[in-house]
Amino acid sequence: MVAVPSQLAAAAQAKAAVKDLNFYYGSFQALKTLSMPVYEKQVTALIGPSGCGKSTFLRCFNRMHDLYPGNRYEGEIRLYPDDVNILAHAVDPIEVRMRISMVFQKPNPFPKSIYENVAYGLRVRGEGRRVTLNEKVEEALRNAALWDEVKDRLQEPAFNLSGGQQQRLCIARALATDPEILLFDEPTSALDPIATASIEELIHDLKNKVTILIVTHNMQQAARVSDYTAYMYLGELIEYGVTDEIFIKPRKKQTEDYITGRFG
Amino acid sequence: MPHARRLEEIRRLIAAHKRWDAIFGVVGVLALMLGVLTFAALFIDMALDGVPRLTGDFFTNFPSRRAGQAGILSAWVGSTLVMLVTAFVAVPLGVAAGVYLEEYAAKHWVTDVIEINITNLAGVPSIVYGLLALGLFVYQFGFGQSILSAGLTLALLILPVVIVATREAIRSIPQGIREGAYALGATQWQVCKDHIIPYSMPGILTGVIIGMARAIGETAPIITIGALTFIAFLPPAPVQAEPPFVSFDWVMSPFTVMPIQMFNWTSRPEAAFHQNAAAAGFVLVLMTLGMNAIAIWLRYRLRKRIKW
Repeated sequence: MVAVPSQLAAAAQAKAAVKDLNFYYGSFQALKTLSMPVYEKQVTALIGPSGCGKSTFLRCFNRMHDLYPGNRYEGEIRLYPDDVNILAHAVDPIEVRMRISMVFQKPNPFPKSIYENVAYGLRVRGEGRRVTLNEKVEEALRNAALWDEVKDRLQEPAFNLSGGQQQRLCIARALATDPEILLFDEPTSALDPIATASIEELIHDLKNKVTILIVTHNMQQAARVSDYTAYMYLGELIEYGVTDEIFIKPRKKQTEDYITGRFG
Repeated sequence: MPHARRLEEIRRLIAAHKRWDAIFGVVGVLALMLGVLTFAALFIDMALDGVPRLTGDFFTNFPSRRAGQAGILSAWVGSTLVMLVTAFVAVPLGVAAGVYLEEYAAKHWVTDVIEINITNLAGVPSIVYGLLALGLFVYQFGFGQSILSAGLTLALLILPVVIVATREAIRSIPQGIREGAYALGATQWQVCKDHIIPYSMPGILTGVIIGMARAIGETAPIITIGALTFIAFLPPAPVQAEPPFVSFDWVMSPFTVMPIQMFNWTSRPEAAFHQNAAAAGFVLVLMTLGMNAIAIWLRYRLRKRIKW
């Protein structure tokens, strides 16, 4: 269990708490007894070298691992305020995914129109009323800072957009359903620096509305966008704390080595 | 080794190796030409014999004892209607089976066995399907020697092709698209209905049409179930003037198809009937090529909207 400075816990309300989480791909243990809080309307960054399990960890939050056979969770991720363990067998993964949205590493818009991409999450929930859909699509696109660029061509295929625009479209798609937590899995690794800057700015703006958990292999990005940072290595959580503290004076030598670029 | 000699050695070696390049080039062209030229020769020969017979009357006349008045009306109508039944049966069944195998079925030895069987089914001789259909559709189900029996038989025949095409089309959909849809809270069926099936449509349609192009030329199973060779009437019209306007009596009607009509004409001694057979063959080949052309065009049209 990684100690959390108590003054921080008081500053923000916990949206989720990870408790002794183990995760197995078949017989391979990818995550080892992770425990950490996720604070409401804050950005929490997961950093660490490739293969350290940060994406695996993120994908536990929306039960993405349930899509493939042979995967197994142990431990808990408790979601507040209802205090339910979203990893429990009794909890339907679809229910979890309806509450917690995800933005992937590579922009993955559907080969449909811009409008239908954003509306899809609502359609899945059975929303068919034009007026509601129009309203929600516009709101999501505005929140994803894409509305001005696409408002005159909502019926065009999403593939006509640039890579950065496609990623913002995927963010709008994830936002349209008012998620409680938004997961980002290295959202800028396939984008150029300008598109990356716009996504980072967006993440910064979004944290007023939603709790954000972001995986990144770019430490500057973690330092720029996050309030809390968790450093992982080989499936273990090495250090968790306020981003400024982690980056300025990490408590562990291992974290310091990674952050100063001595390895990883 | 002196430099000049070394260089000479290398060049000799290259020259010797390049001879094999040239030899394979010639062998390859010959192999290709053998296939292409044989088809071209057949097609041209058939065209020379048959094209003079291709008048409007040829398409609107029933078969006749007089070669000059005989036509392929009952044959092309029969072929078209049989294909219609085949498509209506094979597409939903094949797509459902393919989607199930790719998206729903757990991967273990039972699915492996089913997979191998489907691939094997594609290689079963068509006459075996004919035999099965004779017992099952014609006698057991009592469909008789009808368009329905023939359509179902050919549907069985092309089902493996449709299933394989569906699975391949589904496999080309990136995993990221699936995950994107599941991440929004979609159920398996929602993912299939809204994404997997629409995005794999170009591939599925191509497979269906290629299967149909094979089915339209099938003779053996149709003869086995007892299609008639001489039909001088059309099946009842599917549309009527009085309610309920649509009739399905035509599915139970006796029929003939293009290849059987050809077979019938070729087996006659008079040369004039052989010309008729050539003309019908020419039409049949054009129908097949036309279907393939539609498949290519559809794939091109639909693929343009979807790029990964």
